[in-house]
Amino acid sequence: MTQAHGPKGLTRRQLLARATSASASLVVGAGFLASTDAAWAMETTALQPETMATLVQMARDIYPHDQVGDEFYATAVKGYDTEDAAPGIEQGIAKLNAAAQASGHGSYLAMGWERDRVDILRAMEGDAFFQQIRGGLVTGLYNQKAVWPIFGYEGASFEFGGYIDRGFNDINWL
Amino acid sequence: MSAPFDLSDDSVVVVIGTGAGGGVLSNELAQKGVSVVALEAGGRHYPEDFINDEWASFVQLAWLDARTTSGDWRVAKDFAGLPAWIVKSVGGTTQHWAGASLRFQEHEWKAKTAYGAVEGASLLDWPIDAAEMDPWYSKAEDKLQVTRTGDRPGLPGSNNYKVFEAGAKALGYQDVHTGRMAISSKENGDRIMCQQTGFCFQGCKWGAKWSAGYHDIEQGEATGNLEVRPQSHVARILHGDDGKVTGVEYFDADGNLQMQKARVVCLAGNSFESPRLLLNSASSMFPDGLANSSGQVGKNYMRHMTGSVYAVFDKPVKMWRGTTMAGIITDESRHDPSRGFVGGYEMETLSLGLPFMAAFLDPGAWGREFTTALDLYENMAGMWLVGEDMPQEKNGVTLSDTKDQYGLPVANVHFDDHPNDIAMRNHAYQQGQAVYDAVGATRTFPTPPYPSTHNLGTNRMSDDASMGVVNRWGQTHDIENLFISDGSQFTTGAAENPTLTIVALAIRQADHLAGELGKGNL
Repeated sequence: MTQAHGPKGLTRRQLLARATSASASLVVGAGFLASTDAAWAMETTALQPETMATLVQMARDIYPHDQVGDEFYATAVKGYDTEDAAPGIEQGIAKLNAAAQASGHGSYLAMGWERDRVDILRAMEGDAFFQQIRGGLVTGLYNQKAVWPIFGYEGASFEFGGYIDRGFNDINWL
Repeated sequence: MSAPFDLSDDSVVVVIGTGAGGGVLSNELAQKGVSVVALEAGGRHYPEDFINDEWASFVQLAWLDARTTSGDWRVAKDFAGLPAWIVKSVGGTTQHWAGASLRFQEHEWKAKTAYGAVEGASLLDWPIDAAEMDPWYSKAEDKLQVTRTGDRPGLPGSNNYKVFEAGAKALGYQDVHTGRMAISSKENGDRIMCQQTGFCFQGCKWGAKWSAGYHDIEQGEATGNLEVRPQSHVARILHGDDGKVTGVEYFDADGNLQMQKARVVCLAGNSFESPRLLLNSASSMFPDGLANSSGQVGKNYMRHMTGSVYAVFDKPVKMWRGTTMAGIITDESRHDPSRGFVGGYEMETLSLGLPFMAAFLDPGAWGREFTTALDLYENMAGMWLVGEDMPQEKNGVTLSDTKDQYGLPVANVHFDDHPNDIAMRNHAYQQGQAVYDAVGATRTFPTPPYPSTHNLGTNRMSDDASMGVVNRWGQTHDIENLFISDGSQFTTGAAENPTLTIVALAIRQADHLAGELGKGNL
């Protein structure tokens, strides 16, 4: 590997990996993304893995739920990992990183505080890219059946006979 | 003659649309021996087909053909192509409705008299009144098996209702109960009782909720006098040299243009499609569209003053369990100008599942202010606010530059709130929040209106042919064999959910129409 024999300092990839380690997702190789605790992993085909990692963080910053794991945000945005969608996403994320750099950070992912990242997002919330990502998340995140139990939502009940005998009126604190 | 009918059969009544208006009218006419061809743009969806999943059901049932919007209402910004959440299916929006079945209050039939002149509002009195409608309301309540009418008991109260009721009582409201609902509260013939499943908006999989799609349409078809043609999108109503309508052109399921002859045409496509069709049917004899000598076609669109209040508590509610609309407070439905507005509003419990709550709680919002609300979804209770909005001539349907899949201009829906609507909404938000604060809400959300489900008034009723499109029978002033049979004939909107009134008017219109046909007057 080049970095083992290379000049002092880190390669771009190492820098990115170090930057992403601040968050829960980590770029571990070309076209491959995994969480720091190895709870989930995904491959990318069209997007740069760093781009996908940044997109996952952006998704969490738009709709932050601390009890919802990164894998659900990754699932919500993985539809952008196509040849058609990738150029627009790369461009949008590049703009996000440029804004981060303009505010004195190495990249969007390198910004340690949510409030700093949110400032970047607020400044671009009128942009088509931001609205594309936000709008897509409304269904991409909240319509994942696997997410529902985290919020206590039980989904369909017809197959269980409805709630007539299963607590439709079981409130006990009034 | 019995169904199916020939395209060239000019003895049939053609009904366009099969919802609360058209579906009921088709059945009622068929029961009286009248031959009916009902043309429905949507397909057939029965209880076993319904999906207990909000977005999947939305894609299955909602009217998603193009529409455009304008005006200062927030829907035009947040849902620019979706001014209404209504249904494209046999049975129309009765597949989706929550089931609230309320009569107009007596004064609401005479809004102009009751409220006096309101600047900027085009208020009129209906040409009919509560006494005239009473027997038709009774027939409608029996058809829909409305709870708390006749000998039908109310539905039991759900968790969402119990929170709402406790707050209402703490606030001193007197009239709070589980509603008058077209949902069976006991086993009755072919109707199973409500199983408290939720997902009323997605079509009742038990068939416990009345829908024209699987009640009236099936009853009508069983007579042999009703032929329903699903996936038949009407493009134009045709007329002869004498100015009477002669039939309709429609695109069939394969996209082929067909022409069905007719003795009478009854239009019931909801308040966007009905005026759109009249406007798209313009001819050299009627250059401004059919039945439009008054210039009132498409005008005076009403959508009810609406809004919602959701609240979170420090303990679970699980509002999604049970009927979607589980109770009502009617205390604010009175006309009491001391509140700063004319007319009144109802408060009705409502719940949305997590996916729709994310989409509708505060459209476009993001960040922690928004997501911390959803974090406590399990502890959330909710109500819908629905009241009388002011008719305004500038609000309504015109033909858009956008074309649909058949190349026909789509409806542009323009709506600006009237100051009375805004004053009423603000009062309703305040009262709704107070209901939940009274039982310990830790946070409340005055939620903006959803895309409209109550679409009213674009072909309004008046005895004065210069002020309205139809007379007291829903018959157009200009063309004697053309009738309007849906909510677009509403002169004013009243505070109540409109379906029961649409159904009552359809039963009454069928009785009148069959009589006139029998006498050879049409």
